[in-house]
Amino acid sequence: MTEKIDINVLIENMAENISSHCGTQGYKNPLMIGIQRGGVWIAARLHQKLKLADPLGELNIAFYRDDFSKIGIHPEVKPSKLSINLDDRHIILVDDVLHTGRTIRAAMNEIFDYGRPASISLAILVERSGRELPIHPDIIGKTITLKEGEHAKLSGPEPLALEIMKSG
Amino acid sequence: MTGKNIQLDKNGNLKHFLSIEGLSQPLLHTILNYAESFATVDKRPVKKVPLLRGKTIANLFFEPSTRTRTTFELAAKRLSADILNLNISTSATSKGEILSDTLRTLEAMHCDMFVVRHANSGAAHYITSQVAPHISVINAGDGRHEHPTQAMLDMFTIKQHKKDFTKLSVAIVGDILHSRVARSEIHALNVLGTNEVRIIGPHTLIPKEIEKLGVHIYHDMNSGLKDVDVVVMLRLQRERMRGALLPSEDEYFKRYGLTNQKLKHAKKDAIVMHPGPINRGVEIDSDVADGKHSVILQQVSHGIAIRMAIMAMVMGQINRDENKEKKK
Repeated sequence: MTEKIDINVLIENMAENISSHCGTQGYKNPLMIGIQRGGVWIAARLHQKLKLADPLGELNIAFYRDDFSKIGIHPEVKPSKLSINLDDRHIILVDDVLHTGRTIRAAMNEIFDYGRPASISLAILVERSGRELPIHPDIIGKTITLKEGEHAKLSGPEPLALEIMKSG
Repeated sequence: MTGKNIQLDKNGNLKHFLSIEGLSQPLLHTILNYAESFATVDKRPVKKVPLLRGKTIANLFFEPSTRTRTTFELAAKRLSADILNLNISTSATSKGEILSDTLRTLEAMHCDMFVVRHANSGAAHYITSQVAPHISVINAGDGRHEHPTQAMLDMFTIKQHKKDFTKLSVAIVGDILHSRVARSEIHALNVLGTNEVRIIGPHTLIPKEIEKLGVHIYHDMNSGLKDVDVVVMLRLQRERMRGALLPSEDEYFKRYGLTNQKLKHAKKDAIVMHPGPINRGVEIDSDVADGKHSVILQQVSHGIAIRMAIMAMVMGQINRDENKEKKK
C-alpha cells in the first residue's frame, strides 16, 4: 500500500492550527524547535509561514535516547542548535512522525537541560498508532492507522515526501 | 601489535581505545564528528547528558597526571557516569597487592570501564587482556608507547582551525624520544592523510627508525618550521631522561625553544599546540605560549569533548555486544 499524501496541505493546516492554539492559550511570541532531521524540515516550513521572531531551534536527541544501552551511540549525531534562552518561553516542539512517544520524551528531557520553559506544545505532521508513553500531540497534520510491520517515513528536505512502507 | 586488533570487536567497532596504530581513517573521522557534538554540551546551562547514567568508570593512574586525569573525570561526569579516581602509586599496589588482584577488586565493585595510565609501554594492552569481557579499557598514556586520546584532541584542534589534513604540513618539535604523544600524533596524522609530517629535535632526542613512519627529520628549527601550518611543541621530559642527552636547558631553549622569532618561518596563520604541562623558557617562550598563534587552552577544552566521544563509543559498543549475546 502506498498512499499519496499532500504534505503542503498538511503543513498549511498545521500552521493555522498552531496560530489558533497559541491564540486560545494566550501564548505570545512562541519559540519553535524541530527535532532532527524530519522535524526540522517541517518546522522550517512552519516557522516561515508563521513568521516567528526568534530563529528556529534544532534538537538532536541522540544523547538522550533511551535505547543507548541496547544499540549504542546513534550514528547520526549532530549538534543541537538552541541559541536562545528557553526560560519562561512557550515552545512549539515539532516532529515528523509520532510513533512510540520515546523521541518526544527524550526531546523534553534535553529541552529542560537548556532551561525551564513556560510550556511545551507538540506539533506533529503524522500521528500514527503504536504509542508506548502517555504523550499526546496538540497539533496534528494527519492521523493514520498502520498495519503491523508498516511504518511511515518522511524524506526531504526538498521535496518533502511521506511514504508508507513495509519494514524488512 | 600483531594479528588481531584487540581494540576492535569482530565487526570492526571500537571496544577499547588503546592506540591510534591500527585504526582506520573512517573510525578517526567518526570520533572527530562525535566530539563536535559533545563539544556543544560544554556551552549549555546544564553541562551534562544522560548517556552513561549508571555506569562506573575507574581512573587507574599508576603515574601522576593532573590535566589528563581531570579531563577524563570531567568527561565521565558530563556523560553522567560515576567515576572513581585511584592513584595506584599511593594505594594498594604499594602495599604489595599485585595488579591482577587490583583489577579483580575493581571488577567486584562493578566497574564498567578502566582509564589507565602507566609508566610501562603496553600496560593498557596487558590490562585489556586481563579484564572481564564487559569492561572497556582506555589508554591514558603508556610509557613511551602511545597517548591516543591526546592525539585525537590535537587532531580535533587542528581540524577546527585548518579543516583539510591533506593540505597540511605539521611539525612536531622537541623530545620525540620520550614522547608517547608524538608517536600517537604521527600515527593519527598519517591515518588522516596529512600532506607532510616533520620531526624537529636534537639527534639525542629523536628515536632511531622513526623515519619508517614516513616523517621528515630536521635538526634545525628555522628550516624545519619553514611554511608549516601547525607546530606541536613537546615537553622536555627530564624525569624520563637517563644519562646526558642534553647539554643544558638554556642551550636547548636557544636551539629548540619556540620563540616568535623562530615562529616567523612558519606560515602566517600557523597554530601552536602543546600537550602541557608547559615548561616556559625551556621548550616554549611565554610570548608564544600566550600569543595569538597559541591554541594551547583550546586543546584542554577539546580534551573533554574527545574523551566524552571515545567513552560513549566504547561503552555503547560493549552494550550492543552484550545484548547480542543475550539474544542468542
